[in-house]
Amino acid sequence: MTDTPFVIAGRTFTSRLIVGTGKYSSHAVMTQAHEASGADMVTVAVRRVNISDRTRESLLDYIDTSRMFILPNTAGCYTADEAIRTARLGREAGLSEWVKLEVIGDERTLFPDNEALIEATRVLVKEGFIVLPYTNDDPIACRKLEDAGAAAVMPLGAPIGSGLGIQNVNNIRIIREFLRVPLIVDAGVGTASDAALAMELGADAVLMNTAIAGAEDPVAMADAMRHAVIAGRLAYRAGRIPRKMYASASSPVEGMVGR
Amino acid sequence: MQITLNGDRFELEEPMSVTALLARLEIDPRRVAVEHNLNIIKRHRFAEVVVGDGDTVEIVNFVGGG
Repeated sequence: MTDTPFVIAGRTFTSRLIVGTGKYSSHAVMTQAHEASGADMVTVAVRRVNISDRTRESLLDYIDTSRMFILPNTAGCYTADEAIRTARLGREAGLSEWVKLEVIGDERTLFPDNEALIEATRVLVKEGFIVLPYTNDDPIACRKLEDAGAAAVMPLGAPIGSGLGIQNVNNIRIIREFLRVPLIVDAGVGTASDAALAMELGADAVLMNTAIAGAEDPVAMADAMRHAVIAGRLAYRAGRIPRKMYASASSPVEGMVGR
Repeated sequence: MQITLNGDRFELEEPMSVTALLARLEIDPRRVAVEHNLNIIKRHRFAEVVVGDGDTVEIVNFVGGG
């Protein structure tokens, strides 16, 4: 069964797994994990250059940019203005119009401020950005983001870095029905089954960082995630059986010996 | 003269272009974005934009993130 390609804003990606570049024990481990994941899009953060210590290696030395598409984020921004400023800087640093837009509303949960997020989406879309907003698992907010011009909408499965898995399965399913643009479950994945579930619910892709970078063996977990996303996607397209209360025998009931 | 560079005070002998400032700081201009007095400077304008006394400069790059 041939799958439809995964396309965002006219750009086709071979993998439905998008991975982060944060929290790795070393750049070398990150590179290996990226390879094992099969991903062809990675997220990066935009931060001040360390002026006093110029010896630090550049992150981009460890990313094969001929194969990997770089998606700058606005992580850590708490207002629309801050996020817009960071997005513009990211565009200059990376020379692409794409941004993973984050406007955070609360420090402890890192839940998004949807009002500011929608406002920032509107502004950046007008400026020609391809905006991929990280949002709550709220179908109405997701619909508003699509209306604001988001190229894909990225609801959380659970709080960033929590590893809790998809907390509101039904909402993700509803969001799937609401959206015409790609749905990417971003944040909350803890292990492979979480990623598979996201895909089984109809997500077009899954974005994760901590689940891989924080695993005991990040390279093995990246491999597991690659398989999980492929398996979940296949299962979604294959069409699962309905859930039933009682058993239904798999073997014939006729022709039993001695009856 | 003094500028504010990435939030900290920074001493410069004289006004200089963004290109010269990055060279002085040993920063590869292809890997960063520069904001001068809250205006983002396109890379092709690094040579012509001059940083003067009291100016605010932000130099950012990509770091690990999710």
